[in-house]
Order: sequence, then structure tokens, then C-alpha cells
Amino acid sequence: MGIIKAKNLIYHYIKWDEEEKAEEISEAVRDVSLDIETGEFVAVLGHNGSGKSTLAKHMNALLLPSEGTIWIGGMDTKEDETLLEVRRTAGMVFQNPDNQIIASVVEEDVGFGPENVGVPTDEIWRRVDECLKAVGMTAYRHSSPDRLSGGQKQRVAIAGVMAMEPECIVLDEPTAMLDPNGRREVIRTVRDLNKEKGITVILITHYMEEVIHADRLYVMDGGQIAMEGTPEEIFSRVDELKTLRLDVPQVTELAYGLRKKGVPLSPCILDTEALVKELVEIKRQRTVQ
Amino acid sequence: MMRDITLGQYYPVQSPVHKLDPRTKLFGTLVLIIALFVADNVFCYLAAAVFLFGVIGASKVPVGHIVKGLKPVLFLLLFSAAFNLFLTPGEELAHFWVFTITKEGLFRAGMMAVRLTFLVMGTSLLTFTTTPNQLTDGLERSLRFLNVLHVPVHEIAMIMSIALRFIPILVEETDKIMKAQMARGADFETGGLIKKAKAMIPLLVPLFISAFRRASDLALAMEARCYHGGEGRTKMKPLKYRTADRLAYLLLLIFPTGVVLLRVFL
Amino acid sequence: MITLNQVEYKYNEGTPMETEALHEVSLEIKDGEFIGLIGHTGSGKSTLIQHLNGLMKATGGDILYNGESIYREGFSMKELRSKVGLVFQYPEHQLFEVDVFTDVCFGPKNQGRSKEEIETRAKEALSLVGIGESYYKKSPFELSGGEKRRVAIAGVLAMEPEVLILDEPTAGLDPKGRDEILGQLGRLHRERGITVILVSHSMEDVAKYVDRIMVMNHGRLVFNDTPRAVFAHYKELEEMGLAAPQVTYIAHALKAAGFPMKTDVITVAEAEEAILRTLDMEQER
Repeated sequence: MGIIKAKNLIYHYIKWDEEEKAEEISEAVRDVSLDIETGEFVAVLGHNGSGKSTLAKHMNALLLPSEGTIWIGGMDTKEDETLLEVRRTAGMVFQNPDNQIIASVVEEDVGFGPENVGVPTDEIWRRVDECLKAVGMTAYRHSSPDRLSGGQKQRVAIAGVMAMEPECIVLDEPTAMLDPNGRREVIRTVRDLNKEKGITVILITHYMEEVIHADRLYVMDGGQIAMEGTPEEIFSRVDELKTLRLDVPQVTELAYGLRKKGVPLSPCILDTEALVKELVEIKRQRTVQ
Repeated sequence: MMRDITLGQYYPVQSPVHKLDPRTKLFGTLVLIIALFVADNVFCYLAAAVFLFGVIGASKVPVGHIVKGLKPVLFLLLFSAAFNLFLTPGEELAHFWVFTITKEGLFRAGMMAVRLTFLVMGTSLLTFTTTPNQLTDGLERSLRFLNVLHVPVHEIAMIMSIALRFIPILVEETDKIMKAQMARGADFETGGLIKKAKAMIPLLVPLFISAFRRASDLALAMEARCYHGGEGRTKMKPLKYRTADRLAYLLLLIFPTGVVLLRVFL
Repeated sequence: MITLNQVEYKYNEGTPMETEALHEVSLEIKDGEFIGLIGHTGSGKSTLIQHLNGLMKATGGDILYNGESIYREGFSMKELRSKVGLVFQYPEHQLFEVDVFTDVCFGPKNQGRSKEEIETRAKEALSLVGIGESYYKKSPFELSGGEKRRVAIAGVLAMEPEVLILDEPTAGLDPKGRDEILGQLGRLHRERGITVILVSHSMEDVAKYVDRIMVMNHGRLVFNDTPRAVFAHYKELEEMGLAAPQVTYIAHALKAAGFPMKTDVITVAEAEEAILRTLDMEQER
């Protein structure tokens, strides 16, 4: 069993009317099964309202399944006794950088999680030092979060989760409110943690440029998993992605268009170097003929 | 504009006052408040001024910054000074229309102004030199005895510290909402009281909704980081009295004793 | 037409904390233009747009609206604000009424229009952004992110501005939602002849729609030209923490690798055409 495993997960949102009778039930997550291995970098894509955030909140036991089961590190999230252990195992970073920083000083915020789970003082300091270094925010440890940029705030939030020594981090649209520089900062940080510390990463996003380096992608639509595969596999299905309100990076779109016009390129190109290499080769062959 | 409100925001510099234990500072603030209410002559106030400005000097927080914090209470200050100035009976100095200024009134107005100014400066110095988290810890430890009476001390302290953290964010947000509504022709300045109150609705509704949204986001984020009340929590910065704190306590005994002596003998 | 002459803005002027947010910005916005305003966070672009409708007052220089200084005594700021509509980034900052329709009525009501006129304008504005009648009685807080954004735009459009400024109207939207908003703005510009100023981080978005790009950096206007001309400075843009669209880089990389093609392409369609032309030429040889 992987670090995160879901089986036939269903979640109902229930809207109550004034007499406390259920007036509207909608299925935000419909029969989702997935299995994520330790050390993987998995991205969950989907348009707004596709159910991806609802799914993410299940990974931290912030929501419990209406039907089906989700296991985090082998623990069923519905078990009360292991609740804190589940939350410690799968840390969570949210969308709005302002609404998840609790303390008024950077280092104190990083220490908040370890304090909650009863880590001894010396060990908290060791972890805070280490985690601030890992996200490159040591220089700001005494600063007020209000003085930081959006990208820096998100890095602090990531350090705060790392300080609980989780086995995986779930990031719920961590870049949606950031500018392009902040977005790059955050994604670079997450990739480094995955590569260097072997942390399992589940990145939820609708920015396609952010997921080209992921090991595996899930695309959600209407609460279900609509597509699953490597970035190459998914991004080669440009038209299908567009019907799911998504997009592909310009380089992929360009390659896709050229292929349609009969240029013999590989089915999926994710970066500029690959496209340049193939086009130069095609041109060389044509010149030779 | 609204960003000028400095009241209660931590001022991040390294100073001996910043390094003191929050309990020492809480006690010091309490001592200052009591001393100011006990004080009734110029020498008492002089002693309080020496104490207060001495601490401000040691704190490395610029005096100008602290004075700026007085702005929001300026009205209250003037009001209570005026109240004392015109309504204290005694030896008449000047008289116009229904107002009479007396010697006693002048003295009391001055005292009241100084008392309130010192009070605000002293309490804001506490929050300038103590992070909300430290303040929370200090309060929690100092008031722990109330747990016996089933007062949720930890929870109250946590609420306070979060409120302080979000004040600047909400102030900035108020500014943005005002601008967004002004761009739609909203007018917050002209008109009578009722019109002005009505004009606040387009400001208050988005502000409240945003505050609720932030609160629920924050609750979720805290839960996700295993927050489950004060039980079983350890501290990153546990409170420990150092030599400096002992010296401070000594000072905090000498100062009020001095004020009491000055009051009794002068 | 809006003209800026040497506009300066300093925070805390005359104090030691003085910081310059705008430095000698001079520019002209002609009627009917579609302009992209670009710059990273803190470059001064938000400060600049708040000057255009008088929400912030320049500490130096002058701003002319149709040739008349907005700082002239007796100039009505209220009127300026109905002519130059500004939609801020977060719709949550302006939506407050019980339902969508009443909310959109807020602007024209402040202008002192008659009841019928207010309603006609609100209906028209909502239809311009593609919000149908079934939404009129819904609470604005129940809408999706994209819908909120459109209602917020309608709230300003209902004031019938001559110039519409939008601060990052697509932030946080999914790709389809982004295309929908931009498409609607494009249509609004074409069909109504309204002047649009789009503040954005995304060069890809801007390249597709605007006639002219203004780039702000450290409070200065550094570029003010057609997208093609601005993106030719892609190296300087990068130094400012910005970037040209990805296709521009692809074109430069191809050329550097010995694939002869023009490099001033700014959209995917243009790049595709240029590449095909090169390949066809090779084949014909």
C-alpha cells in the first residue's frame, strides 16, 4: 500500500435549509480511487469546482469520506485515535498565504506545528533551523510575515509543515494567489524537497507549467478522475484537456499544432529544448533529401 | 491613511526590553497603570516620566513611533482634558460665555492628559516590544490560576494573539474595499450622520465576509497543523526568568514605592 | 483621452520614510485603445491606475482628462470616476448587496440616475459580461470565482465608463475561465469602442489581445510600445522579473540552433506559421 491510498471515495456536500432538512446534496468527490507511492511527485489538475480541493482536504482528515475509505500511511482517516498522526504524516499547505500563518514572527510560525504535537523545546529549535534553511528563508526568521512577498509567505508555510517531519506534503493550489516570480519560487522549493529529502508531494493546481516535472498526473472533472498518466501522456491529449477547461504550455500547444499540420514531431513535447532539437533535426533531414 | 495606526504592532528590533520575559513586562505595565492612578502631584508624574522614558530609551523603539500610536486616542484625550478644564470648580482664571477656566481645572486637565498619554504609551510599549505569541504565553502563564475557576485561559490567550496578528491585514483590506467602492461612486465623506452610517454598509459587508472567510481558513490551517487546544503542547520559547528579569523586578518594586512615598510626603 | 505629464507619487512625502512609487511617468491613452499594463508586484502599476481615476493624488506632475487637468479646482472627481471605471483584483472587495442585480445597480445609483435608467444599465452591463437573468436574484457570495469577477466588472460597466481599467481580472481563474473573461473584454472593446487598460502578469494573455504594452519597473515607465516591439526586449524584461511569451523564447532558441526563422513572433499561431514557412522552403529546395 502506498503512502496515500483511496478506495471508492465519495464526498457529499449537504446544504441545509432553515428547518435543518437537507435541501441539496451534491457529490463533490465521486468514486475516486488512487494510490500514491512514497517519494512520488504527483499533481492533481482540474478546473475550479472539479473537486480537487475537496479531495485534497481528505488527505489531511480535514474532511472525512461520506463513503469509501482513504488511508494515510496505512491509517484510516476515520479513526479518532490516529487523527493527529494522520495530520502529522500528511502536512497541508493552503491557497491563501495570509490565512495560514498563525504567528507574528516567521520562526515562531514554523515552530507552531511541532509545539502542537508536543516536541521538546531543543528539538523544535533544531527543526525550525533546518526547515527555514531548506526553504531558503533563514534570513527572514525574525521578520513579521506581513513584510514578506506572497511567494516568501508560502515558503514559510511550507517550512511550517516540514517542521512536523511529515512523510508527504499536500499543497492545495499554493500558487493561485501569487505572481509569476512567487509561483516559480514555490514550485522550485517543492521540487527540491521532493528530490533532496524524498518527501512525497501532492500538488493541486490548474497551472500546467507547474506540473511538467511531476512523476504522475491526475486530472479531475466533476468529482471524478478523468485522466491519469505521466505528463507526456496527459499533455499529448491537448483537445481532451481543453474540453476539461484546462490548457497546455505554449511549447506543447505549438508542437501539437505543427504535428497536426504534418510535421513529424514526437507526440508530446514539454520543453523548448526538446522542440528545438527535433525541429533542427527535421530541417536537416529535409535539406539532405 | 489607515496604515498609520501603529497601536499594538510589534516593532522588531533587538533590545534589552525586547529580551525581557513577557511576564516581567506584563507586571511592569500593571505597575505603571497603578502608579499612574496613585499619582496625584507633579513629582509623582516626574517619577513616572523618568521610569517610562527610561524604559522607552532602553527599548530602542523611536519615541516618534510611540507618539504616532496616540493618534487614535487623541479624541478621547482631548475630550477628557476639556471635561476637566471646564468643569472643575475653584479659583477662576478666565471666563467666556458658559465656560470657566479655573486654576484647579487647568491643573487637573494637564494631569489627566499626562496620565492618559503615559497610559497609552506604556501599554503600547508592551505590545511594541513583545510579540503577540510571547504576550499570549505570558498572559497564559500569569493567569493560569484562573483555570481553577474553569476560565479557558489558553483559548482566550490564543484568540488575542490571532486578533493582533490579523489587525494589520484587516486594516489594509478596509483600505482596499473603500477604494473599490469609491471607484463605483460610493461617498464616505459627505452627508449627515444617517447618510454616513448608511454609506458604511458597502464597506462593512465585504469586510465582515472576508473576516469570516479568513477565520474559517485559519481554523482549518491550525487544525491541519495538529492544533488541539493547550493540552499536551510544548513551547518553542518557554518562559524563563533571567538575571535581567530579576533586576527589572527590583526596579518595579522601587518605582511604585517611590511614587507612593512622593505622594505621601509631598 | 488621458494624458500624464511627469507624474510623481511619493509615500510619506517630507518624512525620512519617503519612498518614491512613481517617477516622472508621462504617457497618453487614446480613446478606443486596448492597452496592457505590466510590471511585477511593487513596480508601481497599481499606484499608477489609482491615479487615473483620482483615487490617489500625484505629489508632482499633472494628469489631463480630455485636455483638462483633474487637479484643477472645481474638477469633479466623482464624474471622473464614472468616466474612468476601475475594477480591482478581488471581486470580494466590492460585492455586498443581497443579490447580483441590486449589486450591479449600486454604481449607477450613486450617479443619481433614474430608477428605470439604473435598471436598464444594470441589465445591459450584466448581459455584456454574459451573466443571464437566472443569476439576477442569486446572492453574489454564492457565485463561482469567475462569475463573481464578471459581476464585479458589470458593476463598473453599469456606470457606462469611457475607459475601463482592470487589475488582474484573471488571477486565480482556471485557463477556461481566464479565456472567457479576456474574450469578453476583447468583444467589449471591439463592439462598444470602450478603452480598456488591462493590468496583468501574464505576457501570454496580453500578447493575444492588446494593441500596446506599457511596462512599469521601480516606479518608472520603461517600455511603451506594441507587444512585438516590447517583447523584442525579452532580455531586459527578464532582468525586471518579467518574461516574454514562451513562443518568443522558442523562436530565439530555434534561430540560435541554426533554424532560420523570424524571432518577433508573439503568439502560438504566428510561431506555427513561421516554422512551417521555414520547413516548406527547405522542402522546395
